[in-house]
Amino acid sequence: MIEILFFFLSALAVFSAIMVLVSKNPVHSVLWLIAVFFAISGHYVLLNAQFLAIVNLIVYAGAIMVLFLFVIMLMNLNTETEPQKHIWMKLAGVISGGCFLMMLISLVRQAVEMGGRKAMMAEGDIGLIKNLGKMLFSEYVVPFEITSILFLSAMVGAVVIGKKH
Amino acid sequence: MPIQYYIYLCLTLFSIGIIGVLTRRNAIIVFMCVELMLNAVNLLLVAFSKMHHATAVVGDAATNAGIEGQLFVFFIMVVAAAEVSVGLAIIVMMYRNTHSVDINFLNRLKN
Repeated sequence: MIEILFFFLSALAVFSAIMVLVSKNPVHSVLWLIAVFFAISGHYVLLNAQFLAIVNLIVYAGAIMVLFLFVIMLMNLNTETEPQKHIWMKLAGVISGGCFLMMLISLVRQAVEMGGRKAMMAEGDIGLIKNLGKMLFSEYVVPFEITSILFLSAMVGAVVIGKKH
Repeated sequence: MPIQYYIYLCLTLFSIGIIGVLTRRNAIIVFMCVELMLNAVNLLLVAFSKMHHATAVVGDAATNAGIEGQLFVFFIMVVAAAEVSVGLAIIVMMYRNTHSVDINFLNRLKN
């Protein structure tokens, strides 16, 4: 059952990711990317990382993608105004990306350390919010506070950059 | 599930993101492909954290080994949210100045 779900979610993620690139309309690309995020959240649930599954849905599919949709609708982008690269440039990009993929896959196939290692599926409680919260607020409390400064600076930066002169 | 399957899946998603950055000219799509790459890395970090936990839990049933990977994923999401807000502000500013989201307008960083 877990294998079926794994392969279904993997196929969904890869297909949706390809559709993000293939879609001419930017709004469709955003919707396909949301499908990718849902598939990845499904993978998190399979790995019993429940906290990350929910955070992935809320932060990525909820907040970030809505921000993208707002910006796209603000700019009134559609298929006609979509800039296109030359076909040879596209081909070169696909070939170089494919070479990168082939190189990394052959690297992983040769790695003896990975032989027989398994990811724990549907059990193990390190992904639960209780354990993650304990760790986050005890050992990692300084980085956690620093992220609040990061957010503040990002907010100030976004306002300053987006301000009309 | 063997860890190789997760590595292959994440490599595929990451490469699709790279191909998108290389082949598209719309700045927003390029930005979305960067998000796709970040998510591929997140998934791989969680898979490795569960792999590490699976070997550590054999010796000690109550261990928390591998939880750092999931915390890193949390921090990556935080940084990604900050990055998106600043990046989209830059794209909006660029659209206001050039009335286009074509990244070829950015190749001279002037005017």
